[in-house]
Amino acid sequence: MKLFKMRGGVHPEARKADSSERPIRILPLPPLLHVPLQQHIGAPAKPVVRVGEKVLAGQLLGVGQGHVTAPVHAPTSGYVVAIGDHPAPHPSGLSAATVTIAPDGEGRWFEYEVPADPFVLAPDDISARAGAAGIVGLGGAAFPSSVKLDASRQSGVDTLVINGGECEPYLTCDDRIMRERAAGIVTGIRLIQHAVGAGHAIVGIEDNKPEALAAMRAAAVATGVQIRAVPAMYPMGWEKQMIHALLGREVPAEGRSADIGVLVHNVATAWAVQQAICLARPLVSRIVTVSGGAVIAPCNLEVPIGTPVQALFDACGGFRTTPARLVLGGPMMGQQIVRTSVPVVKGTSGVLALTQAEIGRAAPAPCIRCSTCVRACPVGLLPLEIAARVRSDDLAGAVALGLKDCIGCGSCSYVCPSGIPLVHFFNYAKGDLAAQARSKAKQETTRKLAAERSARMERIVREREEAAAARKAAKAAKEAAARAAATTEAAA
Amino acid sequence: MIAALISLTVLGTSLGLILGLAARFFKVEGNPLVEELEALLPGTQCGQCGYPGCTGAAQALAAGSAPLTLCPPGGRVVVTALAARLGVEADLSGVEDAGPRIAEVREELCIGCTRCYKVCPTDAVLGAAKHIHAVFSEACTACGSCVDVCPTEAILLRPAAPTLQSWGWGKPGLQPLAIAQGMAA
Repeated sequence: MKLFKMRGGVHPEARKADSSERPIRILPLPPLLHVPLQQHIGAPAKPVVRVGEKVLAGQLLGVGQGHVTAPVHAPTSGYVVAIGDHPAPHPSGLSAATVTIAPDGEGRWFEYEVPADPFVLAPDDISARAGAAGIVGLGGAAFPSSVKLDASRQSGVDTLVINGGECEPYLTCDDRIMRERAAGIVTGIRLIQHAVGAGHAIVGIEDNKPEALAAMRAAAVATGVQIRAVPAMYPMGWEKQMIHALLGREVPAEGRSADIGVLVHNVATAWAVQQAICLARPLVSRIVTVSGGAVIAPCNLEVPIGTPVQALFDACGGFRTTPARLVLGGPMMGQQIVRTSVPVVKGTSGVLALTQAEIGRAAPAPCIRCSTCVRACPVGLLPLEIAARVRSDDLAGAVALGLKDCIGCGSCSYVCPSGIPLVHFFNYAKGDLAAQARSKAKQETTRKLAAERSARMERIVREREEAAAARKAAKAAKEAAARAAATTEAAA
Repeated sequence: MIAALISLTVLGTSLGLILGLAARFFKVEGNPLVEELEALLPGTQCGQCGYPGCTGAAQALAAGSAPLTLCPPGGRVVVTALAARLGVEADLSGVEDAGPRIAEVREELCIGCTRCYKVCPTDAVLGAAKHIHAVFSEACTACGSCVDVCPTEAILLRPAAPTLQSWGWGKPGLQPLAIAQGMAA
């Protein structure tokens, strides 16, 4: 079948062979698991356990609050030893609310009801179960999956696209899961298809993963799920790029894929859905690629959520040299971290320890307006122009040029011959816009509070005056009555 | 002669009548610009700008007698909004770029006198007589009214600590310029 021509993109050195040829290993339990209460986009979960409580694997630790949210579960059985702040997997190095669990080593599971035939479940029941299992997008964005399923079912999608692109260099966790767990993934895909009522399901896999393609093709025989190879290119794993490559449909600017009748999920998410629906196992572990030039034996590990990153490096033989940079996720869009005590969360697809040679970058030079970044941009923006506006603090101008459509893929920074940190400019500008929006929202709240307070103060003054007036009237009436009584007495 | 007199008189009277009626029916109460500007200000009437409340500040802004940077709790957002409304260039150099601040009660000094929560324009102080007070950071505009009335100097305005939600990347340095200058030298 025909593939459609793509816009922009770059071809960074893949470096996947370091970790792609070793089977997934299960990481032994670390002495402590730090499970953050917010591992997803949306509102953080609220803890429902107490310090000292015994929990079983898969037992609820925190319930989601609000609409866009996800619960978190205990990765193994053990005791809750702390609920408090722990360094978060975030470039700021700040802490976040975290439940710390000391595993008891028994690994006993909390018993949930397992459906006899998951395909007879109602569509909304499937998304409710996926939501209760704490499933979020495992490609990296960590958007709560049940919210996406519900919205897609309501707006009506015709095609389910399963993203097996994995275009980030170094990462091979999706490659390995497709090679080793293809049958489960295909069942998960069919469950998602059932949940949203999509007529077609297409899996897009980059053509640099022939083994994964073969395994998925074998598993998808006679299921109606199509497996398609797409050219290896970065950012093929960006959902809008994947949709365009497979279907030739373009998602409108600032729009969502559901607007054009498509729902996109990652292959690892499909596997998690299968585990949640068929086995009633909440999302408590994930496959993580451990790689980078500083790691002795790169490989893929199945890791309980909350495992400190250090334990992953230790399981891969430790460091060859002192890493120059630690990254969570891929090298193009991943988050730099400053310490290895941060935990693995649901959205952690890889942990990389990169050497100076791998990140080596000269000091930025002035822009020579060569427009290489324009050709590389998959969204069709003008990175050089937007960066120039951000540099001169003209955020309105940057927004007018499409700053909000920038996906931060880093293709422009990657190709820039002057080494200008273009995507850093965009991230700074997006953060500044968000800060302005927050400040405006706060101003609205405080304005309302001030208005309520002045109304209350006026009411208090009015009530006091009314009470005084009432007292005065009562006194006058009493005096009048006394006078009247005196007059009557005198008359008598 | 007569025709000219009559026609001019009629003309004068009717135009005068129209103007008189228009003045009555299309009367505008106050300066509409003041209301619009007041809507852009925080509306907490804290008085830090030196004017009697936000209405006074808006009047001064409309008259052009106050700088756009007059509102400390409003910060950069208010300055840019005012500049956009008034069609002038925003001069952000005068605005403290310390980021958002909030009031904080030092518990060891607070005597629970309740003066601060009586003056807080947004009800951001929580407390009761002879109990240590606390500040709701979500409602605090850092207007400083509480700082002025505290008898024990227990309240300070501190920069709000960054959280995972509020943290953002800093602006990349302007090294390219420095290199260019170095090459020219």
